[in-house]
Amino acid sequence: MVAFIVRRLLGAVGLLLIISAVTYAIFFLVPRAAGVTSDDIAGRFAGKQPDAATLAAIKDRFGLDDPIPVQYGKYIKSIVAGDTYDTGTEKIDCPAPCLGYSFRTNQSVTDQIVDRVPVTMMIALGAAVLWVLAGVSIGVLSALRRGTLFDRVAMGVALAGVSLPVFFTGLLSLAFVVHRWNLLPEVNYTGLGDNPFNLLLPWVCLAFLYAAMYARLTRAGMLETMNEDFIRTARAKGLPEKTVVVKHGLRATLTPIMTVFGLDIGLLLGGAIITERTFSIPGLGQLALDGVNQSDLPVVLGATLTAALFIVLANLVVDILYGVVDPRVRHS
Amino acid sequence: MARKQQAELINGGSGDSSGGRGAPTSFLEVRDLKIHFPTDDGLVKSVDGLNFQLERGRTLGIVGESGSGKSVTSLGILGLHNRRNAKVSGEIWLDGTELVGASAGRVRRLRGQKMAMIFQDPLSSMHPFYTVGSQIIEAYRVHNDVSKQVARKHAIDMLGRVGIPKPDKRVDDYPHQFSGGMRQRAMIAMALSCDPELLIADEPTTALDVTVQAQILDLLRDLQQEFNSAIIMITHDLGVVAELSDDILVMYAGRCAEYGPVDDTFHRPLHPYTWGLLGSMPRLDRERSERLMPIKGTPPSLINVPRGCAFNPRCAYGDLNGDKSTTERPELLELEPGHKAACHLPLEKRREIWDSEIRPKL
Repeated sequence: MVAFIVRRLLGAVGLLLIISAVTYAIFFLVPRAAGVTSDDIAGRFAGKQPDAATLAAIKDRFGLDDPIPVQYGKYIKSIVAGDTYDTGTEKIDCPAPCLGYSFRTNQSVTDQIVDRVPVTMMIALGAAVLWVLAGVSIGVLSALRRGTLFDRVAMGVALAGVSLPVFFTGLLSLAFVVHRWNLLPEVNYTGLGDNPFNLLLPWVCLAFLYAAMYARLTRAGMLETMNEDFIRTARAKGLPEKTVVVKHGLRATLTPIMTVFGLDIGLLLGGAIITERTFSIPGLGQLALDGVNQSDLPVVLGATLTAALFIVLANLVVDILYGVVDPRVRHS
Repeated sequence: MARKQQAELINGGSGDSSGGRGAPTSFLEVRDLKIHFPTDDGLVKSVDGLNFQLERGRTLGIVGESGSGKSVTSLGILGLHNRRNAKVSGEIWLDGTELVGASAGRVRRLRGQKMAMIFQDPLSSMHPFYTVGSQIIEAYRVHNDVSKQVARKHAIDMLGRVGIPKPDKRVDDYPHQFSGGMRQRAMIAMALSCDPELLIADEPTTALDVTVQAQILDLLRDLQQEFNSAIIMITHDLGVVAELSDDILVMYAGRCAEYGPVDDTFHRPLHPYTWGLLGSMPRLDRERSERLMPIKGTPPSLINVPRGCAFNPRCAYGDLNGDKSTTERPELLELEPGHKAACHLPLEKRREIWDSEIRPKL
C-alpha cells in the first residue's frame, strides 16, 4: 500500500511537471509566436509609458530576454526552491513555492492563491455536502420506487437541474430570494473569517446542478446493484429490507459514485468559476478569470497549476480510497 | 386490507375446489402454486399449478430445462419474489405455517432461519465488499440475539464443519480470495448457520468442476443426516438427482410432468419428457459411436403455452393421441403408488414404448 502511494505520488509530480511545461508554453510561447515582444510584456508590468531604463530593469529582473527553456527552468526552480529578485534598490525574497509576481498588481501570486483557496474550498465543500446528501438519497428512493410518481417527478427535476447552469439559477435566486423577497442578505464572503452561511445561496445553486447529476447516477447504479445475486442472497438470509438496501445495495453503488465525486471536487477546488463570477465571490476561479482578462500571465499560470494540482491530488485520493472500499482492488 | 386478506384466507379453506385443504401433515406442502409475472408482452406463467410434499430428512430433486420454473418455484417458497411484479397464489405450508398469505415480515423472519437457500454461482452470490466471516455472522445475528464474538465463533465453527481448512484464518478472507469450491462451502456454511429445517439448493454444483461437485454433494448428504433437514435440490443434472434425492419432480413449462420416488421415476419413467431428459444425459458406459438423443425443439414460451399438452410440439409420440394432445391438457394422474405423470398416452402404450424403444438405447 505504501509502495503504491509513493509510486502514485511520484507519478503525480511527473504529471504536474508536464502540465506546467504545456501551460508555460501556451502562455509564454504562443504570444511570442504571435509577435508579442519581451518589451511588451515588461511594459505590462511597468504600467503606462515606461522609459527604456525601467523596461530594461524589469526584463533583467524577470529574465524576460532569456531563452524560453531557461525561463521555464527558473520558473520551476523558484517553485521548488524559492527565488530572490534584485530590483536594484532592494532584494525581494520570494520563498518556495514561488509562482512569481502579478504583472498588474505586483503582488506575489503565491500569496494571492493562498488567500483565494479557502474561499473556493468553502464553496466547493459546502455544496458537496448538500449535493451528496440530496443526490444520493433521491437517487436511492427513485430506484426503489421506480416508475412511481415520486420517481418521475424526481427524475424530471433532475433533468432540469442538469440542464440549468449556475449563472441561470444563481441570477434567478439572487433576483428573487435576495432582492425581491429579502429572504437572505447579499452574498458576501471574502475569507475564512466570514460567516460561512453567507454562502448558502451559492451552495444551493451549485449543489442543485450536481445533485441532479448524482441522483441520476445513484438511481442507475442502484437499479443495477439491486438486481445482483448478492442482494438476493442478503434477502434470502432474512435481513430486513433496510439493511439489504443500505448495507448491501448502497455500499456497492457508492464505489463508482465516489470516483466521480473525487474528480468533481478536484475540478471545483481549482475554481468554481461560474459560481464565483455569478455571486462575485473572490475565489480561485475569479482570480484566474481576472488574470485571463488582464493578460496577467503569472496569475493565469499559477491558478492553472493550482487547479491541476487539486485534480491530480483528487485522483490520487480516489485511487487510494478505491483500495480501501473495494477489497478486490486491495488484494490485486 | 388486512381483514380482506384474512377473509380470503378463511374462505379459501372451503371455497376453493382443489380439495385437501387445512393444515397439512407434511413438513412442506405446496398446493396449486402459481407464480405469474405480468409483463408488457403478456402474462408470464412461470409456475402454473404445482403440488408436492416433502418430509424432514428427505430430499426432493426438481429437474427440468432452463425456464421450466424450477428456480422461480424455489424463490417463491422463500418469498423472494417482489410482490409488485410477481403474482403468487396457491398455498405453501411450512411446518404448519402458510407462507403465501403470510405478511412479508413474517416470511422474512423465517427466511434464513427455518428455510435457507444455496445459490448457483457462489462468487456473484456473495457480497464482494464484505468478508466471508462477516457475511455468515450477519446471517446468524439477524435471527439470533448474540454478541459479535459469539457469532464469530459460530461462523468459524460453521466454516470448519463444511470442510474449510484453517477456518479461524479464512473467516477474515473475502469471497474473491476463496476458490470456487471453497466459496460454495462458505455459501453452504452461511445457509446452514441458523440450522434451517428446509434447505433449497439451486444448482449448487453447476459452477464447480466435477471433483468438487462430488465433495459438495457428499457434504450436503452428511449435513442432512446431522441436521435432519429437508432438502430441495434444483438441478438439470439427473446424475445429481439420482445420487441424492428420494423423490423427483420433473417440471415442464411451469407444471409438473412427472413426480414420484426416484427409483420408479428413473427406472420406469412414465412421461415422454422424462425419457427425453434421460436420453440427453451423457454416459460413460455408452459406446462413443452412439449419439445422445436430445429433445428436439426448445422450451415453449411461458406467455403462449401450447394448447393442450405443453410438451406436445416436441413430443415424438403426440400423434398417437389424435387431437387430444392439442386440445386437452393432460391431468397429473397417480399411475403407480406415489408415482404421477401428466400424459395422454395410454399407460400400457407408454410402458411398451419405454421397454422396447427408449430403455435399450440408454
